[in-house]
Amino acid sequence: MSEMPTGANSPRDDVALDVSAATASAPEPATGRRRSRLRLNSSMIIGACLVVLILGLALVSFVWTPYGPSEIDPVARLRAGSPAHPFGTDRFGRDTLTWVMYGARITLMVGVVAVGIALLIGTPIGIVSAIFAKQPWGMWIDAVIMRANDILLAFPALLLAIIFAAVYSPGTGPAMVAVGIAAIPGFARVARSGTLQVLGSEYVRAARASNRRIPAIAVVHVLPNIAGMVIVQASVAFAISVLAEAGLSFLGLGTQAPVPSWGRMLQESQQFLSTHPELALWPGLFIALAVLGFNLLGDGLRDRFDPKMDARGA
Amino acid sequence: MLTYAANRAIQFALSLIVASVVVFALMSLLPGNAAQVALGTNATPEAVAALEVQYGLDRPPVVRYFDWVVGMLGGDFGTSYVTGAAITPVIIDSVQVTAILVISAIALSILIAVPLGTFAALEQRSWIGVTISAASQVGIAVPNFLAAIILVIVFSLTLGWFPSQGWMAPIEGVGGFLLRLVLPVVSLALVQAAILTRYVRSAVLDVMREDFIRTARAKGLTRTKALFVHGLRNAAIPVITVAGVQLATLLVGAVIIEQIFVLPGIGSELVRAVANRDLIAVQGIVMVLVLLVLIINLIVDILVPVVDPRIRNAA
Repeated sequence: MSEMPTGANSPRDDVALDVSAATASAPEPATGRRRSRLRLNSSMIIGACLVVLILGLALVSFVWTPYGPSEIDPVARLRAGSPAHPFGTDRFGRDTLTWVMYGARITLMVGVVAVGIALLIGTPIGIVSAIFAKQPWGMWIDAVIMRANDILLAFPALLLAIIFAAVYSPGTGPAMVAVGIAAIPGFARVARSGTLQVLGSEYVRAARASNRRIPAIAVVHVLPNIAGMVIVQASVAFAISVLAEAGLSFLGLGTQAPVPSWGRMLQESQQFLSTHPELALWPGLFIALAVLGFNLLGDGLRDRFDPKMDARGA
Repeated sequence: MLTYAANRAIQFALSLIVASVVVFALMSLLPGNAAQVALGTNATPEAVAALEVQYGLDRPPVVRYFDWVVGMLGGDFGTSYVTGAAITPVIIDSVQVTAILVISAIALSILIAVPLGTFAALEQRSWIGVTISAASQVGIAVPNFLAAIILVIVFSLTLGWFPSQGWMAPIEGVGGFLLRLVLPVVSLALVQAAILTRYVRSAVLDVMREDFIRTARAKGLTRTKALFVHGLRNAAIPVITVAGVQLATLLVGAVIIEQIFVLPGIGSELVRAVANRDLIAVQGIVMVLVLLVLIINLIVDILVPVVDPRIRNAA
């Protein structure tokens, strides 16, 4: 496959650098100093390449796949890789590469929706909580919010998703929402600690002295400064949601037939493990690549947005 | 220290109460009612009404909630709407299987991660240290169910060393019990060990930068000796916290491993209850899992100041 990440050791290193710089700098807060501190590390480059690979698979699948997802080749059932079917076929003669490409869509969709829910709810909760923590009369509100956060932490993503599957019918929708809700505490904690740090800074005191209102400070000073940490959290949460979706679909509680998903491919491959292990290895490989990609991207971004480095620079 | 522990215990109790309300509200209030769910959408209204009366579902939610909680406090998780059997014995049997699985896995992962992580930190720049770091990064990305499938392909289907599935209670035969435990425990432990190795490595690196290590070095201790005499206890704190979080995650994460290896653990019971639309059983099992997660968190919170006198005095 031409899209496989050739990574840091490729002779065309500059191309890889460009890709990762483009993906990494897209959501970054517009402060000139940050950009000048742009350091590309190998984690970020490899991570960005893997993420681009998965994203590319999903995008290309909208335009082109080798076969249709439910197209059956009855004479070529359970085939190993061949020019006609590079990744082989499953028990019905469906093309595995096609399924892997379609599966990338579900993986990314679940990640985007789940992380979106967690980010849009968790971040404001964390900011508000930190603002209350700084008011002498509001400390108890902060305490209540953080306790509620802790209680939510007692429900891991998988457990919450299983509850949702029990209450509503199992499907991609409930799975996305459950994984998103389970990820809220992570964002709230990161946003809260980042906000506390910003609120203690000199420039916020200056803004307060010049009668800036708190909501304005939150938007003008807090948001741009915690954006980096939130993006790191988003990358990590994305990796967790990829795992959770795969696990749920594996259990039959996530994406339902006939929609292609990596977790279900893995589950369906189980009865052919002794004869056709490659059926398990392809979806497994791509789940692992996706998780690795988002984890590495998160690690690389963390090196850039490390709050300790911020404190030293400020 | 005692006030701190008491505070944490009160917090634990409050969390448990709130969690029980949340679980009850999710399961019993939102989607119509459990009788309808148990009987399916094709059930006649009469059949649904009859089942509601049989299990007291026609009573107000507040009454049902207290009935449920009082029952659980007395060790009675109620009766399944679907099978008509008591839920408590099922939970007791299955939670033991999961406990054996998860505790062995976390013990194994600590045994792997602590030496590897310490070594990776001490030999940070050598190729072995770098390899350990890279391998742990890749290991984190492998879901435990993929590890399980690979282990089954290699050690069970190809080499035939271990059975690919099944469970044997220790009383039925210790050999068979251990043999069936190896693959599930290793598949859970490998991924956790990868995560833990990274934390051990960074904890040791942090400790090595501390002033007291420099003092110990100035006193004439080697790096390794300074670490073992003064550093490990300090490095243990973040590691305990992470291991606690992992134990909690594994309790639920083991669901998939139990399914792959056909183990009668609490996760298997949960998935079965969900598939059978047995909401009262789901509710009970979820509550047990949440209780265990909260207990683990409580133990970690109390253990950390015991290990670190600085935190103890601050608390």
